[in-house]
Amino acid sequence: MITNLLVANRGEIARRVFRSARELGIACTAVYSDADAGAPHVREADAAVRLPGNTPAETYLRGELIIEAAKAAGANAIHPGYGFLSENADFARAVIDAGLIWVGPPPKVIDQMGSKIESKRLMATAGVPVLELNDEQITDADLPVLIKASAGGGGRGMRVVRDLKDLQEELTAAKAEAGSAFGDDTVFIEPYIEDGRHIEVQIMADSHGTVWALGERECSIQRRHQKIIEETPSPLVERTDGMREKLLGAATAAAQAIGYIGAGTMEFLADEQGRFFFLECNTRLQVEHPVTECVTGVDLVREQLLVAAGERLADTPPAPRGHAIEVRLYAETPDTEGNWTPQTGPVHRITFPEVRAEFAIPQPHGLRLDSGVEDGSVVGVHYDPMLAKVIAYAPTRTQATGQLAGALSRAVIHGLRTNRDALVRILRTPEFASGDTRTSFFAEQDMTAIAAPLADEQSEKVSALAAALAAAQDRTGVLSGLPSGWRSLASQPQRRVYSGQHGEHTVDYLLTRDGLAGHEGVKLLKATASTVDLEVSGVHRSFAVNRYGDQVFVDSALGPVALAEQPRFVEPGSQVAPGSLVAPMPGTVIRVVAEQGQQVEAGQVLLYLEAMKMEHRITAPNAGVLSELAVQQGQQVDQGAVLAVITVEEQS
Amino acid sequence: MTIVKSTVDKNSELYQGNRDALLEKLGKLAEEHAKTLAGGGPKYTERHHKRGKLLARERIELLVDQDSPFLEFSPLAGWGTDFHVGASVITGIGVVEGVECVITANDPTIKGGAINPWSMKKTQRAAEIAWQNRMPSINLTESGGADLPTQKEIFIPGGRAFRDLTRASAAGLPTISLVFGNSTAGGAYVPGMSDHVVMVDGGAKVFLAGPPLVKMATGEDAGDEELGGARMHAGQSGLADYFAVDERDAIRLGRSIVRRLNWRKKGPGPSSVVIPPLYDEEELLGIAPADLKVPFDPREVIARIVDGSEFDEFKANYGTSLCTGWANLHGYPIGILANAQGVLFSAEAQKAAQFIQLANRANTPLLFLHNTTGYMVGKEYEQGGIIKHGAMMVNAVSNSTVPHLTVLMGASYGAGNYGMCGRAYDPRFLFSWPSAKSAVMGPQQLAGVLSIVARQATEARGQVYDLEGDKQMRAYIEAQIEEQSLPMFLSGMLYDDGVIDPRDTRTILGMCLSSIHSGPVESTNNFGVFRM
Repeated sequence: MITNLLVANRGEIARRVFRSARELGIACTAVYSDADAGAPHVREADAAVRLPGNTPAETYLRGELIIEAAKAAGANAIHPGYGFLSENADFARAVIDAGLIWVGPPPKVIDQMGSKIESKRLMATAGVPVLELNDEQITDADLPVLIKASAGGGGRGMRVVRDLKDLQEELTAAKAEAGSAFGDDTVFIEPYIEDGRHIEVQIMADSHGTVWALGERECSIQRRHQKIIEETPSPLVERTDGMREKLLGAATAAAQAIGYIGAGTMEFLADEQGRFFFLECNTRLQVEHPVTECVTGVDLVREQLLVAAGERLADTPPAPRGHAIEVRLYAETPDTEGNWTPQTGPVHRITFPEVRAEFAIPQPHGLRLDSGVEDGSVVGVHYDPMLAKVIAYAPTRTQATGQLAGALSRAVIHGLRTNRDALVRILRTPEFASGDTRTSFFAEQDMTAIAAPLADEQSEKVSALAAALAAAQDRTGVLSGLPSGWRSLASQPQRRVYSGQHGEHTVDYLLTRDGLAGHEGVKLLKATASTVDLEVSGVHRSFAVNRYGDQVFVDSALGPVALAEQPRFVEPGSQVAPGSLVAPMPGTVIRVVAEQGQQVEAGQVLLYLEAMKMEHRITAPNAGVLSELAVQQGQQVDQGAVLAVITVEEQS
Repeated sequence: MTIVKSTVDKNSELYQGNRDALLEKLGKLAEEHAKTLAGGGPKYTERHHKRGKLLARERIELLVDQDSPFLEFSPLAGWGTDFHVGASVITGIGVVEGVECVITANDPTIKGGAINPWSMKKTQRAAEIAWQNRMPSINLTESGGADLPTQKEIFIPGGRAFRDLTRASAAGLPTISLVFGNSTAGGAYVPGMSDHVVMVDGGAKVFLAGPPLVKMATGEDAGDEELGGARMHAGQSGLADYFAVDERDAIRLGRSIVRRLNWRKKGPGPSSVVIPPLYDEEELLGIAPADLKVPFDPREVIARIVDGSEFDEFKANYGTSLCTGWANLHGYPIGILANAQGVLFSAEAQKAAQFIQLANRANTPLLFLHNTTGYMVGKEYEQGGIIKHGAMMVNAVSNSTVPHLTVLMGASYGAGNYGMCGRAYDPRFLFSWPSAKSAVMGPQQLAGVLSIVARQATEARGQVYDLEGDKQMRAYIEAQIEEQSLPMFLSGMLYDDGVIDPRDTRTILGMCLSSIHSGPVESTNNFGVFRM
C-alpha cells in the first residue's frame, strides 16, 4: 500500500504523477535541484527535498540522495518518471533494498532490456520479429545497414554503412565510440530502414500474469531521433489489414516472455508494407503516454501505482476510441537549414485556449495540457528544453489535427522562442494530413517552409504597428490624460523601431483628431495599452499586445509575433575623444607595455604612470594603430603632456 | 454638481453656417502654420540633413518623451511682417523624462537661425512662461546671432535673454543648453548663463569672436575648433559639461540631465479620475458664431471643455450677461468667467469682482472666456456708475494672484478685454480661436466715430462735409481695423500664445493647467481700494 510517493523527477512528469497519486489519496513528495527551487512541481507537492546543485549528475541522477530524501520525507514508494534514473536497474534495486516500493518493472527486466543485443535475443526467442544481421554474412543485398551500440541510446553511436568496403572500418570506429561513450564497446548490425515508421505498443502488466497491449502509437516525426509528434492510432496500422493484431500480439508475447510488470513500451520499426521489427523495450512510462490514455480512458500512472501495490488488472483492456495527437512544445527553433537551436530564458506567460484537462483525460474530447512550466518560469541550460505537451483528442484524426494546430497557433507564449510555429506548420502539411508520416519526414520537407514563422512579413508589420499603437496608450505621469502624442502643430509622426523575425520594422504613427494618419488601408478603431483593434483592408482585427521590458508580444489571428523594441538612444561606446592620450596628472612613466606602430585594442594598457604614490594605467580609448609613443620609461611628464597617439584606421 | 444641458441643434442652419465658416478659417490658419512647419524650405532643410544634422523640430521630437504632448507657442510670430512666419525659432512646452519643460529651439534653416525682433519677443515670452510657471528650460541652440539689419531693435532689449537665464537659475529653475551649432558672440552667453551645457562634436561653435575677428583684433591665427569646439570646451575651457559625439547623443545627454534634476512640482496634482466631457468637442465648431453680432451661450462651450460637463454656476440669476461658476478641467479645479451676451453691465462687473475674490479664497485658477463688446455705455449706465463698477472688475483681475487663463472665443472689445484679463493683464496663457476679434471697438463703430468727429469738425468750420469722401474713408478705416482685429495679425504681434483649433481647447488648457501647477498656486486678499 503506497501512502506517500516520491517522484524522482521534475517538470511536467512530476506534476503528472502527482495528479494521479492525489486521486488515490497518496501524499506527494518532490525532489528539486537548486535551479528548480521555485518550480511548479515543488510547490504542488506536500513535501519537497532539495538536491544540492544544478546538473543532473549532481541532482536528479543521485540515487542515494533520492532514497535518503524519500526516507526523510516519509515516502514509502518511488516513481522515477522518465529519463534520469527511470531505466537504471541499480537504482531500482537500491530502492527495493531500502524497503521502498519501486514503481516500475523488476530490476532484472530493466537489465535485460537495457542491453540491445540481449533484448533482441530474448525477443527473437519469443517469436517477435527482429532486425539483425550477422556481421560475418553481410552481402550487398543487405545494404544499407546500421551499426548500433548495444548500450547506446538516443541516436548516439549509430553509423550507417552503404558500401560493403566501409563496413570493417565503420565497425572499428563504432566500437571505439561506443566504448568511450557508454563504457561498453559491444556493437551490432541491423538492416537500415531509411524510410520507416516508428511504431510502439503500450504495455501494462500486473504481477499476476495479466498483460495488456493498450494499442499502438506512431512517433515517426522525429528530428535526430527526438520525437516531436506522437499519435494513436497509427495511420499505417489503421490502413494495413491485420497489422494491429500481429503487432499487439507480438508486443504481448514479448512482455510475457520477459515477465514484464508495470508500464512499458515495445518499440518497432515498420515499413510501408506493414512489416515490423522489434527495436527495443522501454521499461518506463513514455513521454507520449497521454495519447494512449485519451483513446483508452486508462490512467496509466494510476495503473502503475496500483500494480506496484500488487493489485490486479482487469482481464482485458478497454477498447480504444477516437484519435489523439500529442506535440512536444520545445524551447528550440529551427532554421531553414534544419538546424534546431535550443533557447533559454524566461517564460513570461503561457496559456493555451480551450484546455479541457490538465494531466488528465479530456471528456468527452478536447484539449489536454501537460505542462512543466507556468507564467514566470525560467528555462535554463541544465535540463531537457521541453516546456509542455499539448494533446488533442477527437473522434477522428482530421479533427484532432485541426484542433491541435488551431490551439497551438492561438496559444499565448511570451518569453523565449519555441518550436510552436514549426509544430503548426508540420501539422498543416499535406503529408501529415494524409498520414504519410515517416522517420524521413524532416529530410524530405522543405525546411524553409517549416521554419517560416506563422505570421508572414506583412502580418509582422501590422503587428508591429499594433505594438506601437498600444505603447502609445501606455502612458503614466504628467499629462498622461491628454491625447497620446498630441501636437498643436504636427510636424512628424512618432517613431518606434522593432526587430522581428522578418527584420526591422520602423513604425511611424501620427494620432490625429481623425485617427491614425499615414497608414493607407489601415484604420485605428480602438487602442489601449494592451489591445489594439485595427481595420486592415476592410477586415476588423484585434491584437493583444504585451510588453516585458523591451520585448513585445503581439497575438492575433494573423499569427503570434515577438518583437524587440530598439532603444531610442544608443550610448556611444566611448565618450572619450579618440586620438591623443594625455597625462591626466603630472607623474613618472614607470612602465611602457606597447610599441609604436603596434595594433592596439580598445582598453589595452599602453603604459603605467606613477603619480602621488598611485599607479595609473593609460589605456587605449579605442582600437587603432599606436602611431606615436612620445614617452619612455622613467620619463617625468607634466599634466596634459601627450603620451601617445592612436590613429584609427579608415575602413577601406 | 450640475451637468450642463446642451441645446445645440447640429442640424440647424446656424450651426452648419458657423461650422463652415470656422472650418474655412481653420483651413487658412493651417496654411499659415504650414509655413512655420516648412522652416527654410526644401533646399535648406535638405542641406541641413546632408550635413548630418537634425532639423529643429526633429530635435524637439527626440528630446520629448515618446507619445507625450507638445504645445507650441506663437507659431505665427512675425506674421504679416517681412520675416518668416514663426520667426525662425520654435518654443513650447514638452515633457522630458516626465518633467514639463519650456523648450526653445532655433531653426537654423531660416537665415542660419538668425534672431530678428520677433524671434526675440518669442523667446522672451518663452522665458516668461518658464519663470511664471516655475519650469525648467531647455535651449536647443544653433543660431548665427542677431539679424544685423534689425540690430537696433534687438541689441538693447535682447540683453534680457541672458539676464532671464541667470535669474531663472537663481530662482532654482534649471536652465539647460544643448549646443548644436553656432552660438557665437552674444549667443555664447546662452550656454554661458545656463546651469547645464552639452555641446555636439563637430557642430558646436561657441566663441566671442570667430577666426576673422580674432585675426583682425589681435593678429592671432586660430581655427573654429580651438576657439570654440565641443572638444575644446569639454576638455579645456570647461564651458561644456557634457561632450556629445553627435546630435542624437546631445539629446540623450539632455534627457539624462533632466532625469537627474530630481524635479518636483510645487502645485497640487490633478484628481486621479478624470471624466471627459459628455458632449463632443467637435461641436465647438458650430457654436462660435460666424457673425459676432449673434450672441451664443458660453455654457455650450463649457460643457465641451470641462470634466464630465459639470459646471456649478455662481449667481446664475444675477448679472446674467456674465456666466460664472466652478468646474474641473483635466482634474484641476477652475473658476470660469464667460461672457454670455456680449455687454458687461454694472451687475456683471460686480459679480465678476466678487467671483475673483472667491477664487482667491479657494486657491482656484481662473479661466476667462471672451465674447464681449465691452462695458455698457449711455446715460443710464454712466449715471449708475458703470465706470466704478468696471474699475472694481479690473481691480480684482489685476490684483488676483491665482493663475489666470484666457481664451478669446469671439469679440474682445474695449475695456471688456481688460476686465476679462486680456494680454496686458498677464494671464499665464492666452489663446485665440480663429473666430476671435480684438480691438478698442468694432471696425464699423470705430469708422463711424471717426466719421462723426470729422463731420462735426468740418461743420464747425462752416464747411460742407464731403459725403463721398466720408464713405471712402469709412470703408478704408473699416477694412484696416478689421484686418488688425483678426487673430492671425494679433498673434503675429505676440498678443496671444497662439491661434488654436477650438476642438483643442480642452487639451491645451489641460496642458497649461498642469504646467501652471509646476509652481504653487498662490492666492491673495490684497486688492486695490474698491470704489463702492
